[in-house]
Amino acid sequence: MTLDPILLSRLQWAWVIAWHILLPAFTVGLASYIAVLEGFYFFTGRDVWFRISGFWTRIFAVSFGMGVVSGIIMPFQFGTNWSRFTDATADVLSPMMAYEGLMAFFLEASFLGVLLFGRRLVPRWAHFLAAVMVAFGTLLSSFWILATNSWMQTPTGYKVVDGRFVPADWLAIVFNPSFPYRLAHNVNAFYITTAFVVLGVGAYLVRREKGVGEARLMIRMALDLLIILVPLQIFLGDLHGLNTLEYQPAKLAAIEGRYDTVKPTPLTIFGIPDDKNATMRYALEIPDLGSLILTHSWDGVIKGLKEWPADERPPVAFPFYGFRLMVAIGLIMLAVVIVGQVLLRSGGRIYRSDWFLRLCQWVMPLGFIAVIAGWVTTEVGRQPWTVYGLMRTSDSVSPSLTGSDVAISFALYVVVYLIMFPTGIAFMAGLVRRGPQDGAEAGAIESGLPDRPFRQAAVRPDTDL
Amino acid sequence: MLLDLVPIWTVLLGLAVFYYVVFDGFDLGVGILYGFAPDAVSRSLVMNSVGPIWDGNETWLVFGGLGLLAAFPMAFAIIIPAVYFPILIMLLALVFRGVAFEFRFKRPALRRFWDGAFCGGSVIATFAQGVVLGTFIQGFKINGREFAGTSFDWVTPFALLTGVALMFGYALLGAGWLILKTEGDLQRWARRIGRICLIGVLIAILSVSLWTPLAFPSIADRWFSWPNIAFLSPVPIITLLIAVLEWRALADGPDVAPFLGAVGLFLISFIGIAISLWPMIVPYHYTLWQAASSASTQAFLLIGTLFLLPIILMYTAWSYWVFRGKVRGDIGYH
Repeated sequence: MTLDPILLSRLQWAWVIAWHILLPAFTVGLASYIAVLEGFYFFTGRDVWFRISGFWTRIFAVSFGMGVVSGIIMPFQFGTNWSRFTDATADVLSPMMAYEGLMAFFLEASFLGVLLFGRRLVPRWAHFLAAVMVAFGTLLSSFWILATNSWMQTPTGYKVVDGRFVPADWLAIVFNPSFPYRLAHNVNAFYITTAFVVLGVGAYLVRREKGVGEARLMIRMALDLLIILVPLQIFLGDLHGLNTLEYQPAKLAAIEGRYDTVKPTPLTIFGIPDDKNATMRYALEIPDLGSLILTHSWDGVIKGLKEWPADERPPVAFPFYGFRLMVAIGLIMLAVVIVGQVLLRSGGRIYRSDWFLRLCQWVMPLGFIAVIAGWVTTEVGRQPWTVYGLMRTSDSVSPSLTGSDVAISFALYVVVYLIMFPTGIAFMAGLVRRGPQDGAEAGAIESGLPDRPFRQAAVRPDTDL
Repeated sequence: MLLDLVPIWTVLLGLAVFYYVVFDGFDLGVGILYGFAPDAVSRSLVMNSVGPIWDGNETWLVFGGLGLLAAFPMAFAIIIPAVYFPILIMLLALVFRGVAFEFRFKRPALRRFWDGAFCGGSVIATFAQGVVLGTFIQGFKINGREFAGTSFDWVTPFALLTGVALMFGYALLGAGWLILKTEGDLQRWARRIGRICLIGVLIAILSVSLWTPLAFPSIADRWFSWPNIAFLSPVPIITLLIAVLEWRALADGPDVAPFLGAVGLFLISFIGIAISLWPMIVPYHYTLWQAASSASTQAFLLIGTLFLLPIILMYTAWSYWVFRGKVRGDIGYH
């Protein structure tokens, strides 16, 4: 077997970004949640908000630190493995990536220091403001990196000069056609992911009878947010799908598992895609429904993949299954949230329903899985292009790389990430187990170092400062 | 026609790289010296001396990388694949080193592992950066806009020499930092080890200064042709002067002097390399102007950078101010 540097570079990219994306999936939502908690504390002055905020801020700091460390890896991937892509697109993409880095550092890192350690150093309004700025920073980071990704999916505002993309209109580049939908769908997904973590952690704390007052508030806040965001996400996903149909029809055909163009188009519920023979095996289909869902009319047509030459079709299996996994998780989430709301509204039965609290713990990872599934759907679905319709993935790889070069680097990334991430996750789980701390211990945070990741845990419980 | 922004980006990128080298340099150097620290208590102090600031320093690596990518993308696309493995090893070493800060105190059973990760990660990351520097000075085999060599072209005696040289350099910065931040026995230890590092640094500077003009005719021409030789002769004289002052400062100078002397040596070396290579960004093939991104790209990023960078610098200065003074045993990672 020969080692293919293109395939291995793609796998390596998938590996480092899949781990990295888990962190923003959590920190973007959590930063906003902390800002809301700090807002409640600022306006009501009740200590319970302060304790919940402190609890989550400690966890936020750990995941933010891991995000920084795994994020430093990312920009270098463009140079090491995708130098041709970099040379061709940097004039358009690099300022957006640079803004992502600058703003992430500027707002998140600097204000996180104040948020973590400044409770006694700055007035309360300034502390609240710091929380808002951290949240704003995570959103700006999402804005720039998703603008970058969206431009690769739906490029606009460029000229091609000597085979390289050169900016012509920055507004058109940043606000390219798929960007608003991707941004809304992603940020909402991050919020939902975080809310399910808050829900699950709240359920755990109630069951362990640790900080029950705080935990009940967490559960209620999470469920009240989710009953709005989960249906909203289904709506946003639908809009995003319509946008994909318009700008990336081949991706949509892959998501639908549609090889042949049929009018009106049925909806394929499940099947086993066979790219070689361009056919869906064991397809389970509902007539006409595809047209209704995708075009919002009974007789709209979805082009099948056979309308494209074989070398311009994405592989079907990943987008097909990835999409179904994402939708299935969405439906499970909806069910959990509806049941939770019913239990919550019937005189707080929820806090005594051990089975439901357990369920909340089990569904905690679902948001992360959905984010990864959605990401696989959109990224594999746009193959074989890195700049959609214009630059092929196979033309993007660094020309000097051999298969064994990339095999070595990929193996090393696998080993290091398999040490680093489980350790970090175990560390966060330890913080959860300790539960929300009372005022004295929360105060100890401030005697630590006014700086970023993990610092809070640096404090000895016996400190008397 | 837009203003030529290439000089501005050259200065910005040069400053960012120099900032990174000095600031992450001293905390990587502290990591290298950590392995030689006499006992557990001093190891904790050594680590705590950079605890609050190392991650901010490391962020400048991203600024440097993204700055090169945005302002001189062709250079990024040629240089980074050429140093595929040094970059890989550097990144992984930095990851290990970074998490070691956090995990060392949480899991006593694994403490020795994380101790090793902190020191080993610092050593390897530094060596890899030195190799990148050496490979950069050597130049690259290219074909059009692409790197045309192999992923092992960096394995040369010269690049390995610069790798070792940078370890002494960063360790000297680290010793300077420790002298500034500690007192008593630990400080005396740092002064002693600083002198050993200084000897290593001077041997390295001398070797590179002799090697490069012999191996690269364009560098010899730059330094030894008339009238350049007249203008540039102060550079080695200043280097020698700083070296003598640094040697004395390490013996009994004020606490801040050895660190400043080390920064001075780095600055003069940095200037020396810049003189040797100017105006090349992909040495011996492409100039800064040839490798530059479009004026529109450079302008678009410059607007935000000029706004954000001063604020980042002010915040950074403030956080150093907060942690001024000697590091204490009772605050930090316990």
